[in-house]
Amino acid sequence: MTEDPTGPPILPVQHQLQKAAFELDSGDAPAEPQRRPTLLDTPFVIDVSGVSKSFRIPDRRSAGARGRLPWRRHFRELRALSDVSFAVHRGEFFGIVGRNGSGKSTLLKILASVYRADAGRVAVAGRLAPFIELGVGLNPELTARENVVLNGVMMGLTRREAAGRLDAVLEFAELQEFVDLKLKNYSSGMLVRLAFATMIQADADVMLVDEVLAVGDASFAEKCLEVLRERRRRGKTLVLVTHDMVTVQEFCDRAMLLHDGRQRFLGDPDQAVLRYYRLNFGGADPGGAGGEQESAVSLLDVWLEDADGRRVENALHGQPFRLGVIVQAREHLRAPAFAFQVLNVDDVPVFSFGTALTDPDDEPIALPPGRRVKVMAEIENRLVPGRYAVLCSISRSRARGDDAMGEARVTDFLVKGHERLPGMITVAPEVQAYVSQGSV
Amino acid sequence: MSTSEPVELKEVRGPSILSGGWRRTWELCRLMSVTDFKRNYFGTVLGYLWSLARPLLLFAVLVEVFTHVFRLGHTVPHYPVFLLLNIVLFGFFQEATVTAVGSVVGSEGIVRKTQFPRLAIPLAVVLTAFYNLVLNLVVVFVFILAFGVSPMWTWLLLGVLLALLFVFTLGVSMFLSSLYPRFRDLAILWGVFVTALFYATPLLYPITRVGATSHTLSKLIALNPLAPVFELANKWIINPRAPWPGSAATGGPGALVVSIVLFVVICALGVFVFRREAPRIAEQL
Repeated sequence: MTEDPTGPPILPVQHQLQKAAFELDSGDAPAEPQRRPTLLDTPFVIDVSGVSKSFRIPDRRSAGARGRLPWRRHFRELRALSDVSFAVHRGEFFGIVGRNGSGKSTLLKILASVYRADAGRVAVAGRLAPFIELGVGLNPELTARENVVLNGVMMGLTRREAAGRLDAVLEFAELQEFVDLKLKNYSSGMLVRLAFATMIQADADVMLVDEVLAVGDASFAEKCLEVLRERRRRGKTLVLVTHDMVTVQEFCDRAMLLHDGRQRFLGDPDQAVLRYYRLNFGGADPGGAGGEQESAVSLLDVWLEDADGRRVENALHGQPFRLGVIVQAREHLRAPAFAFQVLNVDDVPVFSFGTALTDPDDEPIALPPGRRVKVMAEIENRLVPGRYAVLCSISRSRARGDDAMGEARVTDFLVKGHERLPGMITVAPEVQAYVSQGSV
Repeated sequence: MSTSEPVELKEVRGPSILSGGWRRTWELCRLMSVTDFKRNYFGTVLGYLWSLARPLLLFAVLVEVFTHVFRLGHTVPHYPVFLLLNIVLFGFFQEATVTAVGSVVGSEGIVRKTQFPRLAIPLAVVLTAFYNLVLNLVVVFVFILAFGVSPMWTWLLLGVLLALLFVFTLGVSMFLSSLYPRFRDLAILWGVFVTALFYATPLLYPITRVGATSHTLSKLIALNPLAPVFELANKWIINPRAPWPGSAATGGPGALVVSIVLFVVICALGVFVFRREAPRIAEQL
């Protein structure tokens, strides 16, 4: 164990990292993660070809009264999507990932007929229900009954159909007793359940969902996922835009990575997620094109494995796991050191660890460009069940501030467990209680 | 559902004035206007009575002013109900258009986040105001009978009047609501303009009275596309002896033709501008 460049661990517990090892390898490609079977020979229900979209942004330089005259206004073109093409099979769950501003929501809105594409062709089969934001079109002044019908019609049902589904919606949302309560008197949890239930019950052939699966309490979220899986078995299709890589890996059959409005990857979700993290790795500047090139190292692979060395997506509560990272130097690194931080779902750092590349005499090893390093961390898993993210930063030398790669989110994982536990970690103290004899 | 059954892909062309077809547009805006109407009145103690209070109050003031100060009331047959009917009809136009200006911007949430026939928004606003008008007209007819106007067969033509007024109001509303996201001055501008229009429409006075004092002024007023509608309202509902629009007393046939052309052009312009703006309206919010 070497010095920890990020300072002492946040929590006063024994260092969770028991062993961090590294290996030098000569540059073989990292092991290909196992692919899930490509299942679908069903027809396409969404066909997008060559879609581009720009927005006109008013140019602030021409401020002042004269600049506001309609014929004097200046606009800047903002390219949101460039030549995006893909097709989605019936019964497929398709993920769209990318950083903020990568164009994924714009793409979803084009599919949903909210925006019109400048170029290209979009075709959809069957009835499509967009679910772009939770509770859009819910009117706080109206009762649940009125809202469900109104929202159903907006989702493309007829009034009769929407009214016919009222009971099913309320049952799913577990809100039967509140049917005549105005929505402004609902709690936020109730609103979320109502909104989601309305979408689910609209029973569209194609559902477009933006960032709204992680809603409600755990049991309701599980219920939603269960219903979505059931819809998939019935041949319904889901397009999901999200930042939540765990959902993409667990849930999607294929995923597409967008970056600066361009399609960077289309295919296996694990690969898409890995590439997404690589993008995060390089670019501190979200607007910069090709941010990947700016960093002195590049991330080739990040994975979790269990104690037996099998790659896993999630850890089990109480079971130790390993975090593996393979990076490649792009420039000469004098004495590279690696720092990791694990954050919980509230972005609170739970623990951190680090290591440096050293020989047996504890002397730093320099890394020439092109060489690869594999870092393996064996982690005693005291994390309570929940969602976690791993941040990683790499420095050129042990001196602080000499970053080869600034702190970046490299992976997310779930710790699965049966119960919700309070606190951030579980510690197993030995506790005993005695009846005291006399005065103690 | 079998997974190998062929599917028919339909091209998605983005949002438009009627995306989803007439049926869906109609269903949506009926639902929206009904819920809107309910929301406006169900929360208040006196409910619908409030919507009647405003025109009645205005009516009371104007009757007082015009019968006692300007002495118009004595020369115009059934002047109080003439005034009341006109105020209620114009009130519809005013309420609908003023609300419609900001309606698309006001429904930003649904415009930017749902699939939506864009026409449903101004149409729902005009419909809501129209429900109000229909209810108000019931009261107006009670007054008309109470003031001693005897029922005539031409009352049946009220439907034609309302249809004309509805179409014109919708045209203006479409024009205003689709341009407002880009030109925010429109709301203020329209508020002023509609007040001017209130006086430039022959509703406080019959146009024949203006002709008696100034021919130029009466000719100008006769160009107003709403003028023939109000003249017809007077002739068909209250005073069958009033002159037809286009007769010499109301500005002549030339003025009538101009006002009809303006009527058609304004409605067509509303549809044209709305159609042009609809696909991109979500981006301008």
